[in-house]
Amino acid sequence: MKRIKTLTSKSLKETMKHGGCGECQTSCQSACKTSCTVGNQSCENAANR
Amino acid sequence: MTQIHQFRNNGYNIVMDVNSGSVHVVDDLVYDAIEAICAHGGKEYQKEKVKSLLLDRYPGEEITAALTEIDELIDEGLLFTEDTYQDYIIDFKKRKTVVKALCLHIAHDCNLACRYCFAEEGEYHGRRALMSLEVGKKALDFLVANSGNRIHLEVDFFGGEPTMNWDVVKELVKYGRSLEEPYNKKFRFTLTTNGILLNDEIMEFCNREMSNVVLSLDGRREVNDRMRPTRNGHGSSYDIIVPKFQKFAESRNQMNYYVRGTFTHENLDFASDALHFADLGFTQMSIEPVVASPEDPYAIREEDLPKICEEYDRLAREYVKRRKEGRGFNFFHFMIDLNQGPCVAKRLSGCGSGTEYLAVTPWGDLYPCHQFVGDEDFLLGNVYEGITRPEISDEFKLCNVYAKEKCRECFARFYCSGGCAANSYKFHQSINDAYDIGCVMQKKRIECAIMIKAALAGEDTPMSQCESCLGCD
Repeated sequence: MKRIKTLTSKSLKETMKHGGCGECQTSCQSACKTSCTVGNQSCENAANR
Repeated sequence: MTQIHQFRNNGYNIVMDVNSGSVHVVDDLVYDAIEAICAHGGKEYQKEKVKSLLLDRYPGEEITAALTEIDELIDEGLLFTEDTYQDYIIDFKKRKTVVKALCLHIAHDCNLACRYCFAEEGEYHGRRALMSLEVGKKALDFLVANSGNRIHLEVDFFGGEPTMNWDVVKELVKYGRSLEEPYNKKFRFTLTTNGILLNDEIMEFCNREMSNVVLSLDGRREVNDRMRPTRNGHGSSYDIIVPKFQKFAESRNQMNYYVRGTFTHENLDFASDALHFADLGFTQMSIEPVVASPEDPYAIREEDLPKICEEYDRLAREYVKRRKEGRGFNFFHFMIDLNQGPCVAKRLSGCGSGTEYLAVTPWGDLYPCHQFVGDEDFLLGNVYEGITRPEISDEFKLCNVYAKEKCRECFARFYCSGGCAANSYKFHQSINDAYDIGCVMQKKRIECAIMIKAALAGEDTPMSQCESCLGCD
């Protein structure tokens, strides 16, 4: 494509197949403690990668 | 319903297809075309109608080519996708939950007197107290016993100031390690400290045992010392702490730590504080907005938001500049993982407070999270008897993006997961609402984070590989 550059490599819908294992970090155990941020966390389930 | 969010930032045109999580950087024509499509039918748009709306600005053949590219994205499920997650998330949240993280309030006492402390200078509306080893061990037993099949368990040593009860921290790490093999668990310990008591022994222990450390500092000396005074006016806390934190960060190879500050109404130019951290040599940092009652003089007010948003933009531009110059840093709220980020269940189901994440007081009481500690209405039980008021946990269990009116149609819902329940309760007396000022800031940070991704796409910026690092297991 000449006019569009897509930064993401997969759709969130694909993560429904193997999602929800819960091995990922709890939001507040990172740096925040006063807000809720999940978008910067990593998935720890190899099946979702 | 489909949802597009588009914005311009720092010269980049960004289009987010909210439901698929797809992020596209586009030229002006595609940007305007998508805007026109949204206003005239969405996915089922009439080509000729949209074309006619753009002909005053762009040649016809270029419009046709742009619409062809847009149609390709639609066909690939990367644009104008539907939100099909609601039933999935409601079913997901109905599943039996397990506890996987504890915030251990090792010390309800502190050796600083920070003005904005939600822990009321360490005491959390209660008495000064240190957690005993016995209570701490019971907490870890409770965690293991209630963690089901989860392997990774997280324990944050929090306070007050946890180094004021350091021997118990060390013994609890030892005890936790002894539970790993028999129960097939792996503990990730973290420490949040103000640094006053930090010494070589503590640093060495943390470097061996703690997957992350959070180092509290607010930025420039005058900013830090105004909000984080020493007790009894014993000098500048900045002067005591900064050299120790610099040494600590270096000893961890500038990884697996955050220097974490709080900004308030009194330092709305907080980008200067973040850049001050970078100038001090820190590469991992976070500066969070204070959450305070509106009557507090340092509380962030609605009229502060334009200035705050400008500061995030200023910081984001400098972030990109420094990264390109090879002297980059990570800012917690600008970190975003567009490719290996969390699954949609994680993104929409909330932070886990009250269910998979609990706070433990020095005497073993359980609360939904550290911010609810001291509010008896949220006392869940204790580490000896477990959860004795399951109705409170059940309320948190059902808390998710779709339970929140304000979040259902917000573009940021896949990144903030519905925001902080404690902040919602503080401002609206309901965990299913949202802290509105916080939402504006959150949305701005997401836009900045995505702009940064656009600006650095294709750049060789080595730090990016560590952006979402959880520690080198």
